[in-house]
Amino acid sequence: MAQQTGWPLETCKEIFAELSAYLDEELPPDACRQLEAHLSDCPPCLEFMNSLRKTVELCRRYNSIGSLPRPLSQAAKEQLKAAYLKVVTSCKEFPKKVT
Amino acid sequence: MASLNREKETELVKELLEGSITAFDRFVELYRTRIFRYSLLMCGHHDDAEDVAQDSLLKIFENLGQLRDPERVHGWVFRIVRNACLMKRRKSVFAPTQELSLDELMPSHDHRGGGRKIEIADWSAVPDSYVLQTELKRELETAIRDLPEIYRSVIVLRDIEQLSTGETARILDISEDAVKTRLHRARLAVRQRLDKYLRTHTN
Repeated sequence: MAQQTGWPLETCKEIFAELSAYLDEELPPDACRQLEAHLSDCPPCLEFMNSLRKTVELCRRYNSIGSLPRPLSQAAKEQLKAAYLKVVTSCKEFPKKVT
Repeated sequence: MASLNREKETELVKELLEGSITAFDRFVELYRTRIFRYSLLMCGHHDDAEDVAQDSLLKIFENLGQLRDPERVHGWVFRIVRNACLMKRRKSVFAPTQELSLDELMPSHDHRGGGRKIEIADWSAVPDSYVLQTELKRELETAIRDLPEIYRSVIVLRDIEQLSTGETARILDISEDAVKTRLHRARLAVRQRLDKYLRTHTN
């Protein structure tokens, strides 16, 4: 898809540098309003911002679609449990009462 | 157990610190997958990532007495995991880091025919299309793995693990501003890679 704009390249570059801060809601209110005004009048920047937003959404979904390790072997689980029980039973600080 | 919200996770860690075997089982189930995925993206090898997950969990349990605040479990765990990854892939992670330049991550501009145009793939089906999501998963993994380490570690902690800017800065021993700068460049580089993929795989 080709999107067209009449804005000078330098203005779009300034917007481009702030898109992550905008998506993370870290821009000060004035800068945010300025950026949104530009996006509403510049189809290429809007299109670009949407593709960046979708990239971030895809990353955030990775933990529900990502690769899985092979099941934990009994020996490996026993090794972990032994380390846990050792620290729980031998360490003076345990059991910790956490409020 | 795919994930828990922060509050439930803190509860789980409190039970773990109180010596509960049930909490131990749930903690291993929850964190082994998360650590494995982080390590797979950081180390790039399935077997290495499983080794890192086991080594990290062992270290976590051996040092459980050092975890002072259950609410800070993420930062504490991922600091251990990051060190385990560094040990595992010492050569590659200490390779010279290539800086990502903002100019190279901008889409190309076409000034022909008046006005200025940029070429962007059709992203309309992303990330809602299940088929596309499945195909994109592999591309996303490759795009992240190919990032220089200083960018990869930030995008994995911030966008995949969804840790805060402050938590990420503490784990990586860098400033919050550095986290923000690197995150933006990492996202742009991944976007660029996915855009190329979408242009050749969608109409």
